Amino acid sequence: MEIKSINQLKSLLDENKISVKEIAQTYIKKIKEKKDLNIFIYFDEDKINDQVKEIEKLPNNKKLKGIPIAVKDLFCTKNMPTTAASKILENFNPTYESFVTQKLINEGSLFVGKTNLDEFAMGSATNTSYFGNTINPLSNKDNPLAPGGSSGGSAAAVAADLCLGSTGTDTGGSIRQPASFCGVVGIKPTYGLCSRWGIAAFASSLDQAGIFSKNVTDASILLEEIAGHDERDSTSSNVAIPNYSKKFNSDLTGKTIGIPKEYTVDGISDEINAVWEDAIKSLEKKGARIKHISLPHTKYALPTYYIIAPAEASSNLARYDGVKYGFRADEAKSLDEMYEMTRSEGFGKEVKRRILIGTYVLSAGYYDAYYLKAQKVRKLIANDFVETFKECDLILTPTAPSAAFPLNEKQDDPIKMYLNDVFTVPASLAGIPGISIPYGKDKNGLPLGMQLLGKHFNEQEVFNAAFALEKDYE
Amino acid sequence: MSNLLKGNKYEWEIVIGLEIHAQVKSNSKLFSNSSTAFGSKPNSQVSLVDAAMPGMLPVINSYCVEQAIKTGIGLNAEINNYSVFDRKNYFYADLPQGYQISQYKFPIVGEGKVSIDFKDGSSKDIRIVRLHLEQDAGKSLHDQNPTKTYVDLNRSGVALMEIVSEPDIRSAEEAGLYISKIRSILMYLDTCDGNMQEGSLRADVNISVRRPGEEYGTRCEIKNLNSIKFIKQAINYEAKRQIEILEEGGIIEQNTLLFNTNSGKTRPMRSKEEAHDYRYFPDPDLLPLEIDQKVIDKLVKSIPELPDERKRKYVEEYNLSNYDASVLTADKSVSDFFDRVINSDNLLKDSAKIVVNWITSELFSLLKENNIEIAHSPISPEHLGRMVKLIKEDIISGKIAKDVLIEMFESKAGPEIIIEKKGLRQLTNTNEIENIVDEVLQENKKMVEQYLSGKDKLLGFFVGQSMKKSKGKANPKILNDILKIKLSKKN
Repeated sequence: MEIKSINQLKSLLDENKISVKEIAQTYIKKIKEKKDLNIFIYFDEDKINDQVKEIEKLPNNKKLKGIPIAVKDLFCTKNMPTTAASKILENFNPTYESFVTQKLINEGSLFVGKTNLDEFAMGSATNTSYFGNTINPLSNKDNPLAPGGSSGGSAAAVAADLCLGSTGTDTGGSIRQPASFCGVVGIKPTYGLCSRWGIAAFASSLDQAGIFSKNVTDASILLEEIAGHDERDSTSSNVAIPNYSKKFNSDLTGKTIGIPKEYTVDGISDEINAVWEDAIKSLEKKGARIKHISLPHTKYALPTYYIIAPAEASSNLARYDGVKYGFRADEAKSLDEMYEMTRSEGFGKEVKRRILIGTYVLSAGYYDAYYLKAQKVRKLIANDFVETFKECDLILTPTAPSAAFPLNEKQDDPIKMYLNDVFTVPASLAGIPGISIPYGKDKNGLPLGMQLLGKHFNEQEVFNAAFALEKDYE
Repeated sequence: MSNLLKGNKYEWEIVIGLEIHAQVKSNSKLFSNSSTAFGSKPNSQVSLVDAAMPGMLPVINSYCVEQAIKTGIGLNAEINNYSVFDRKNYFYADLPQGYQISQYKFPIVGEGKVSIDFKDGSSKDIRIVRLHLEQDAGKSLHDQNPTKTYVDLNRSGVALMEIVSEPDIRSAEEAGLYISKIRSILMYLDTCDGNMQEGSLRADVNISVRRPGEEYGTRCEIKNLNSIKFIKQAINYEAKRQIEILEEGGIIEQNTLLFNTNSGKTRPMRSKEEAHDYRYFPDPDLLPLEIDQKVIDKLVKSIPELPDERKRKYVEEYNLSNYDASVLTADKSVSDFFDRVINSDNLLKDSAKIVVNWITSELFSLLKENNIEIAHSPISPEHLGRMVKLIKEDIISGKIAKDVLIEMFESKAGPEIIIEKKGLRQLTNTNEIENIVDEVLQENKKMVEQYLSGKDKLLGFFVGQSMKKSKGKANPKILNDILKIKLSKKN
């Protein structure tokens, strides 16, 4: 019996056609079969079986009872170690549960494991992990592909059918881009919709938790559960969370969809542009009005992001110093030497690169030229969206400039790798919600993704349009 | 008053600015709910946030914000409706986050001023640049193990107010008066417990010297001084050191110094070249602090009477000198005690000076000998008030009163009981005193003769003998008068 969606699995459970234990066994088997893809950093059958006993005791009206969920290994979890894919947190066992994962536990979800990611979520291919690459489940044997990143493990887990949904975090595209690469749905909600409490920080003003799933309905069901105000996160917003899926409306009559000209960049394949055209037509069919718009500061988004994010990261990662927890180099002879050795050995190349960039842009004499300037540009970019949303309800763009690329490509060229985020970064800087849904394929049959961006806290409208697009594509 | 310091060649002016770090009086830390109690078991008051565990976030403690605003009001300073928390980045073992959350460009409190009082009755304003909120670090313990350093994070995250003065201070004495004044204001406001021994109030001293009329010299910063005595010692030592270097044609290097309390000398901690680049930037985990004017207005109304107001009242209503009034008001508990004495009986308002003398001399020395705070004085303000009244009414003499006071201190009893029980009531009955005088003159006939032949100084001897005979109870004025009359009659 094929498990396809959250609602279907819930019906099966309600009708006693499947038990939580059987769900667990089904997924344990699948995960073991796909071990070669290196999707999980942590997977432990016993831990899953322990949860089964607890979940079975819960009443059936728990919204996610028995739903198999994979958790990005950036979320601190009490019952499973948390590494952030870094040697520096190898063997770190939090004594606390992140806000997001706690909410999922409260509703009875079954955590199948902790998924691989780029170290501290810094990367676009899940290839900077201390625990090795994750392989895109859509690859064929001769040509292993990257799953995208940084939440590549979580995207791959859904794509490989090793869970029904997974958590991710998106700082500059870390949910949307891997969703696109793996052919799944991925939503990054408005900054502040989900609490960051218990998520190892990369760039605090950009980090936002979100969801991967097989379809838009499941994404909305899961997002509804993990959203909500948390007084332990000063940047978490106190807004009412609607029951998104109950309010789905795929009739887009009266809605205006903006098509930004700045997202037609050089080097993007005709295939992607063609798919974009198809998606535009599809939305028109649903009654939407199409408007060609301009987001004039888009071209500054990437450099702005690669100043602000590393600046915050350089400070956020200072706590990993070998003093309190995690890895400590033990041959050091002085405190300074301990820091140097611990952090040199404990962090990977990409993390160190970003710490150095961040330290540089915050240094005396460079702060005004880089960090302060970047903050000003960030405001301009955010304002582009504010202006645009006065005349549009949503914006439609491709999610990424390409389909999944081969595993070893771009490995040695950070700039090329950073270009992957070109379509996702502006929304991150503006803090607005964005979803990527699979739409169309390239000439090799690899999935492409369309990105829908909406107004602050208007996830409902984003879901509606995504739902319409998804139905049409199916 | 001239504050110039004489070198071998020239006279020098010392220029001092202070950065005072005052621990906010609050049950919980600035960004977490852990306790701030002093002296607890190491690492027993450390939350996940204080230990900087992955994914932990700071949440501002609004009580600490209110305390900072109240302090700003008490320092006659501007309160900023908009302020920002920044990260000050540096690595140290007792700094778990790898940065201290502080305020850099936009502090919560802006410019203010406090006034300091000198013994000669004059006073001077010291301008305040700013006050900002920041977290304290933990404590590194280097003396627990020969090869290891231990870290205690109980203090990590405790709220501090950094109060920065303009370089308006010109001597060690002024620095001492300034820090006492700040301490006193904070204690009146109840925003800091003022306990310097426990480190609740510490200061960094910025000091330079110049010849009068010249530009400011290069300054050095002496870090982390926790007593007024050490602050003064450090300033005097450092000023002399700088003057010697300059007079020998050297130049002052801008250094951060530590003061060794044993040797009384400063030594370099780090030079300007080694100075940290703290890479301040706004903390993205915290929103800017926006304070409604209504909140500030409400806090203004909650401000208690401060030392300067009390001082004015003492001078105007009780005719105390400026200096006496500032000594009294420096310590809120002393001033409170004085107020209670004065308010215990309307008649005492005219004897305020006598009350001050009894508090600052006899009571202080008793308290000091027994190591008791005035707030816990065994002699209640009401008892002291009654004792002063008994002196005024000639029931006891000032001399006897000193013994009564000791008795009151030991027994906690009221003065009347002690006087009655011990029969210390002053002799004012002239007949009785006459009898005593007669006896003394009778017993010392030779002395009387000498006196009569011109040795006037012997009057004191007769007073002493008579007083002794009366067991100290004779009213000195009456005794004197009677003696003079009787002796003149013998002539």
